[in-house]
Amino acid sequence: MKPDDPDILWVQEPELGLAGRMYMPMFVQGLSTTLKHLAGSLRGKQVTVSYPDEEPQLGNPLIYRGVHRLNRDEQGRVKCVACFLCATACPAHCIDIIGVESPWPDREKYPESFTIDELRCIYCGMCEEACPVDAIELTSLYNLTGRSREEMIFDKEKLLSVYDATKDKEPMQSTRLGGTL
Amino acid sequence: MAIVIVDGQEIEIGDGERLNGIQAAQRAGIEIPHYCWHPGLTVVASCRMCLVETGRRDPASGAISMMPKLVPACQTPARDGTVFVTNSQQVTDARAMVEEDLLIRHPIDCPICDKAGECHLQDYHFQHGREQRRADIKPFTSRRRPLGDSVTLFVDRCVMCSRCVRFCREIPGTSELMVTNRGAHEEIDVFPGFPLANKMAGNVVDLCPVGALGDRDFLYSQRVWFMQNHDQICAGCSTGCSIHVDENQDRIYRLRPRPNPHVNQWWMCDEGRYGWKHAHDERRQTAPRRRDGEQLRVEEWGELIPQLDADLRAAGRLAAVLSPHLTVEEAWLLASYIRAIDPQAWLVPGPVPVVGQDETFGGGFTIHAEKCPNRRGVQAVVSALSDELITWEQFLERAAGEGFGAVWISGGYPAAWHGESEAEQLAAIPLRIVQDIFPSPLWEQAGYQLPGAVFAEREGSYVNFDDRLQSFRWAIRPPAGVQTEGRLFWRLAGRRGMYQADEVLLEVARRVAYFAAAVQPVPEVGVDLKVLSLA
Repeated sequence: MKPDDPDILWVQEPELGLAGRMYMPMFVQGLSTTLKHLAGSLRGKQVTVSYPDEEPQLGNPLIYRGVHRLNRDEQGRVKCVACFLCATACPAHCIDIIGVESPWPDREKYPESFTIDELRCIYCGMCEEACPVDAIELTSLYNLTGRSREEMIFDKEKLLSVYDATKDKEPMQSTRLGGTL
Repeated sequence: MAIVIVDGQEIEIGDGERLNGIQAAQRAGIEIPHYCWHPGLTVVASCRMCLVETGRRDPASGAISMMPKLVPACQTPARDGTVFVTNSQQVTDARAMVEEDLLIRHPIDCPICDKAGECHLQDYHFQHGREQRRADIKPFTSRRRPLGDSVTLFVDRCVMCSRCVRFCREIPGTSELMVTNRGAHEEIDVFPGFPLANKMAGNVVDLCPVGALGDRDFLYSQRVWFMQNHDQICAGCSTGCSIHVDENQDRIYRLRPRPNPHVNQWWMCDEGRYGWKHAHDERRQTAPRRRDGEQLRVEEWGELIPQLDADLRAAGRLAAVLSPHLTVEEAWLLASYIRAIDPQAWLVPGPVPVVGQDETFGGGFTIHAEKCPNRRGVQAVVSALSDELITWEQFLERAAGEGFGAVWISGGYPAAWHGESEAEQLAAIPLRIVQDIFPSPLWEQAGYQLPGAVFAEREGSYVNFDDRLQSFRWAIRPPAGVQTEGRLFWRLAGRRGMYQADEVLLEVARRVAYFAAAVQPVPEVGVDLKVLSLA
């Protein structure tokens, strides 16, 4: 997008009034948030979680953006059709796919290799949104560790095993939302 | 001068020109969507996508009378006074209807279709189609079958434009493809036992406006929007077809023809289309080596170049073999560099590989037997600098007796280009500098092994069989360790900065009469070097 693009709407930042220039109201407003939490913590409502001694409570695990998984269809095959749309949408360029002709008659194309560099990934969830067959999803697994960079590059088998490990706790979102399997 | 009116604009067309409505509109900068029409094939007017309103302006009164029905623009000749209207409501509705009809029988499997991103159906749907699908029928079966060794047909995706069928009938003349069945059951097919196997079969994939025909070599390997295309020249034979090199991160995925009315029209042969594999061959040499006693030692270019220059200057009599795979600029830089050291140096055009016979197809497209891109350009450079033209064979015979101190041999042939006997004939020369892409007998014995570049990595100009000079820039970077010929010669010649092919071409054009027509910036379709000699 160039600066002369007609779709760009150029707006002027409003000028600061007297209250804004004094900074005091803003300062008090900001400090009030801190004081609110301070008062809460004195009454026993703690915000800080002492991880890893204590596990955090995720608001809604179904929309949490953690480690990826590759879903399977009813026959246990990888759902991915190797369309590269996740790789296209990925702003971090961390998805690498090799697509080949599928060995099954009802499918045209499937990924021979599907790797995600979990270290390069920024967990934005764009791959999940781009996927036309709901094959890639982000799970609520947040405690991702590894001993080497290579270990953090997840291949197809590993991503499928994430599905096997999480499918009961986190059913496929598409079915919940009324999508197709 | 005939005047055609397109959407109110008056367009002048030449007297001898025979244009149809689509071409006349193109002159006015208006695109009329079309599937079945192709400038290189006969007109069938079957897709109905190019329907427009047409009429005539009476030359005497200037009154315009329109035809009541829409007509296909591809089949309507543009004459003096012809009126085309492409933006009326009637035309817009007709396009939306055609688009809707095609999409009823076309699967929406764009994510797995290789054509997505360069598909006419996709583009036209966004421009002319409806937003909502009214018919919810999905009679799709995902049937696919190979039509030959190189092409797969995806039956459901076909829109029956019959471009591929007409191509096989009109250009290679082999008529392998046909339309079977009738009406909604129409399909493209081949006769049993007669697969699509002509030497230009790959063109049907480029011709297909949708994803019905897939190139098995390219299929599933890359999405089109990941690739960047670069204008290049095919180095497969002396035709010198204009091509696009589609690459992603310095890896070629496919070559496609680039329309050039003077050379290849709209086509290219399969030999050239799949002739890029050597660029990514594992056997390619990527390390420059210098012989130190019996040992070959890998050296950095920065240290090797001054050493090479010093060795050449100390060698005495010199000779240089200029491969027909070198560009004009590279040949000029090498020849003038060698001549600057030894003014009597022999300049020898390298061997010219000839395979089979020239083959001419419909429309004049020719595959030449001479399997190198620039024999004429290199020979012209050599003749401009030497009195007699010594051939490769003569050089081999006489090399031992002439007392050369060093010889520079540039190769760059995709296939083996010499045997043990040639290497033996040159063994008497103390210093042999060999520049090549693959190991060969000469390479093994060389004093300097200099890894060279392939066609897509070079920059410069080729002169084809018809004395047409076409310039191009590099499409991919060479593998690490390879110095392209142009860059190496540029550095050896002691020139500063980056290798500038156009600067060298200008120098050649000013110095050599044969290249005089290349003084101006060379246009995309190339420049005919005979222009000045005929005048």
